[in-house]
Amino acid sequence: MAQLKPWQELEPGGAIAPSTSPASPTGGWRTGLRPEVDLSKCVNCLLCWLYCPDSAIALDGTAFTGFDLENCKGCEICAAICPTDAIEMVAEGALA
Amino acid sequence: MTTPARELLTGGEAVAHAMRQIDPDVVPIYPITPQTPIIQGYARFVADGRAHGELVNVESEHSAMSAAVGAALAGARTMTATSSQGMALMAEIVYIAASMRAPIVMAVGNRALSGPINIHCDHSDSMLIRDSGVVQLFAENAQEAYDLTVLAPRLAEHPDILLPVLVCQDGFTITHSAEPVELLSDAAVAEFVGEYHVPHAMLDVAHPTSQGPFAMPDYYFEFRRDQAAALVRALDVLPELADELALLSGRRYDVVEEYALDGADRAIVALGSSAGTIKDVVDELRAGGERVGLLKIASFRPFPVAAVAAALEDVETVHVLDRADSPGGAPPLYAELAAALYGSRSELHSHVYGLGGRELHPADIRELFAGTAGDYVGLRGAACRV
Repeated sequence: MAQLKPWQELEPGGAIAPSTSPASPTGGWRTGLRPEVDLSKCVNCLLCWLYCPDSAIALDGTAFTGFDLENCKGCEICAAICPTDAIEMVAEGALA
Repeated sequence: MTTPARELLTGGEAVAHAMRQIDPDVVPIYPITPQTPIIQGYARFVADGRAHGELVNVESEHSAMSAAVGAALAGARTMTATSSQGMALMAEIVYIAASMRAPIVMAVGNRALSGPINIHCDHSDSMLIRDSGVVQLFAENAQEAYDLTVLAPRLAEHPDILLPVLVCQDGFTITHSAEPVELLSDAAVAEFVGEYHVPHAMLDVAHPTSQGPFAMPDYYFEFRRDQAAALVRALDVLPELADELALLSGRRYDVVEEYALDGADRAIVALGSSAGTIKDVVDELRAGGERVGLLKIASFRPFPVAAVAAALEDVETVHVLDRADSPGGAPPLYAELAAALYGSRSELHSHVYGLGGRELHPADIRELFAGTAGDYVGLRGAACRV
């Protein structure tokens, strides 16, 4: 957690610059399921990246590499949209 | 100083001229008596090509203030206007405008709140949003309403303030009454108000921001404190801007106006148009050797505590006139005076008057100075002190 600021240091009205989300991991809100991928089935279509409502799909350039669980809420949209069924939701705490 | 044009104008018309000369970018508006002449006059200027703002006809005052918040933060100089029930409907978003530090200028034609439904003046509508964090300036007449409106964008947009500024004029008494008003030249006003600037214009796509964030218990308190500090800074900024405007107009304003307070043993404290009537009675009583005076509060929010305490330091008896009641508690202006004068030797009296447009007559003011007026001035069945 970042240091809490005293009132004199606030930006008037609370305007927030972009790209502050990475400093606030929200993966702790996850529902109890997390995505797992079978990379042998992945065709790198990036539909999961397109549909992810957060920023939980990790890329290396344009290559799918896995999930950023610091920001994944476990919504299952990636698993539902994956055309090759490469993504499966598994119970939190289960071994890969 | 430019040569003044002196015209016969109502307060509403005078403020419409101020809006034409300020030439805001966006004016979201919903009509309501007695504010309507302000926006009607301004809309005519737009239709005639003499003003160039985007006039947004919205479906309610809640929407008017919402659109104003969006426009002001997007980077557009924004003005609107309202009265009474319109103010009540706006109230939710007025708090948000102040919290998001949107420098909106709003013309207010003060009118009683329902019910019973009434269209005439009192200050209940302004007092409803007393604690919203906006600047509230009260004009005594059409000239002041014009001058304060010209000053208002500079105050609202000042980097140390960035808050909505409301220029309040008494409904009908000022909004609909014609009197000679000196207008500044269009060029002088344009130069005085200058370019609109906010620190983080939302339409500045090169520097994107998110605004209006959720603030949990770990930050809400800090945001409220910052907002309160910004409002108080208007007490210092307003006189500086008033000096600058006085170079153009020859008319200087301050957070209070002291009238015949030198050597006064009795004073009335009031907001708005009643100050004019009180000045006449003060002149008459002074001519008869009575030591009476008036303290007019021009800035009700922020409340000029130090200026009020200094002005009334040697006054023995202070009569505070409130044009709004606070049922079950102290009327708002009286509460401010009681706090500002706490520990002083002045004897303080509270008087509610003028609700729903009830006239305040010179005879009422003579009774106030004579010490015979009761808690409710001009009310049938009211008890007098003697």
